[in-house]
Amino acid sequence: MSEVKKIATRESYGAALVELGKNHPDVVVLDADLAAATKTGMFKKAYPERFIDCGIAESNMIGVAAGLATTGKVPFASSFAMFAAGRAFEQVRNSVGYPHLNVKIGATHAGISVGEDGATHQCNEDIALMRTIPGMVVINPSDDVEAKAAVAAAYEHEGPVYMRFGRLAVPVINDNADYKFEIGKGVVLREGTDLAIIATGLPVSGALEAAEKLAAEGVSAKVINIHTIKPIDAELIVAAAKECGKVVTVEEHSVIGGLGSAVCDVLAEEAPTKVKKIGVYDTFGESGPAVELIHKYQLDAEGIYTQIKKWL
Amino acid sequence: MNTLQLQKTANEIRKGIVTAVHSAKSGHPGGSLSAADLYTYLFFEEMNVDPKDPKKADRDRFVLSKGHTAPGYYATLANRGFFPVEDLTTLRHVGSYLQGHPDMKHIPGVDMSSGSLGQGISAAVGMAISAKMSGDSYRVYTLLGDGEIQEGQVWEASMLAAHKKLDNLVVIVDNNNLQIDGAITEVNSPYPIDQKFESFNFHVINIDGNDFEQIAAAFAEAKTVKGQPTAIVAKTIKGKGVSFMENQASWHGTAPNDEQYAVAMADLEKEGAALCQK
Repeated sequence: MSEVKKIATRESYGAALVELGKNHPDVVVLDADLAAATKTGMFKKAYPERFIDCGIAESNMIGVAAGLATTGKVPFASSFAMFAAGRAFEQVRNSVGYPHLNVKIGATHAGISVGEDGATHQCNEDIALMRTIPGMVVINPSDDVEAKAAVAAAYEHEGPVYMRFGRLAVPVINDNADYKFEIGKGVVLREGTDLAIIATGLPVSGALEAAEKLAAEGVSAKVINIHTIKPIDAELIVAAAKECGKVVTVEEHSVIGGLGSAVCDVLAEEAPTKVKKIGVYDTFGESGPAVELIHKYQLDAEGIYTQIKKWL
Repeated sequence: MNTLQLQKTANEIRKGIVTAVHSAKSGHPGGSLSAADLYTYLFFEEMNVDPKDPKKADRDRFVLSKGHTAPGYYATLANRGFFPVEDLTTLRHVGSYLQGHPDMKHIPGVDMSSGSLGQGISAAVGMAISAKMSGDSYRVYTLLGDGEIQEGQVWEASMLAAHKKLDNLVVIVDNNNLQIDGAITEVNSPYPIDQKFESFNFHVINIDGNDFEQIAAAFAEAKTVKGQPTAIVAKTIKGKGVSFMENQASWHGTAPNDEQYAVAMADLEKEGAALCQK
């Protein structure tokens, strides 16, 4: 596995913005004094005249982005997930969501993989917050390929989009010729019949590895990557639940309100199925190297495998 | 328009405010009436807008940051021809496009949805930055309440506006001195308002916001300012024009009943008749 290429999706975000900026003069990027960390600094370097550093004032940044959108610009407002979705929640809801403005929010440093900065900066609640806003698209890419595709798709989509990126370098798993990104469409990464593992974001690669380990023991697990949590691919989820009879969700986010809840919302109405939600269990994070935290919180392949085995 | 014509128009707008709020049985007459002269001047004199083409690209932008005074905004837009004056009586009714707070998706002439205090000014700053980026010549106006400036976001937005040298932005503070819980000086004083904006590198103009000549002079002065945004601190009378509402915090967010409505309209009819004698 050491040969697998690893890239943090925040790097992908920065690179994709530069690419987007080349052909689309209406793209404007905003940040709140974190350009070096969110990687919007790459765009700033390429197109300084279309970059706005709002300083440490995320609420205002979201409002400024809304104002830019009313004039036809396509703003990408960037900060850590904690501040973009958390601190500025009400600005996102009222100044962006309610008027359904064409604002894209690039939220980096999501989840516990923020690492050493600890709980104050580890946002495990952003998916829950963002998916309650009517008309908001919520995307949580699993790797570099998907993150770049998501940025391009977000630009093409008319309306508000929340994109969630990570700080930690993660394996590139979607680097194949047939990969196609479509908002709202889940991706089957592995076929299986005993169990459907539905994952999003950082732990998708771990979920795939866990499925391999289960296969070695005779358990056939289907693995689905849900990069778009809203609108969710209900059709794919229902079909997988009916086919496999058991569902496990995996996310680097609270088990309250995130992917697991979104999947349960779908299944409760359309195909009641036993679901095990793997994620952050109603707790705050803590300081430590990201890889160690992902291990401690059982969101790596081993942790996912162990939790599934225990549940089965 | 000359001053007398503006006064007559403002009088009609005040009637529209009282009528709309009475019909809604809720809403915010006090701050709508205090700002009626500012609304009138902006939409009938100052701003480049076209009721027949509400979204024309080169229009001046207006953001009502103190969104709860939508009745004043709507009465002004209706009298300016953006939609029928008769529709004002549908304010806040189920199914009406005249929502309790400004809704850009459904109301002709509304450039930004607003209502959650402190947020409108940020959108106005975004519009002004956009104009600078694209070399567009439109100007951006935003109206704030004096209580509203207790919101921290107002100062985040102001800091950026001055930093970006947005001389195409005019921030107007409707300084009627009252908020829901009482006088702003008693709740959490934002004074000195002018010095606060000055220290944020705004060009500041203090005026009587119910005096058209002072309003006209302030907007004319704002156009001459280069390299910094302008803040107009407009001293006004909350509830202006309706005898029993003037300077009463209790009329911030209360609708008149039928008897009170009759008295209010009589006050405004009397004022209208007096203007016709001039």
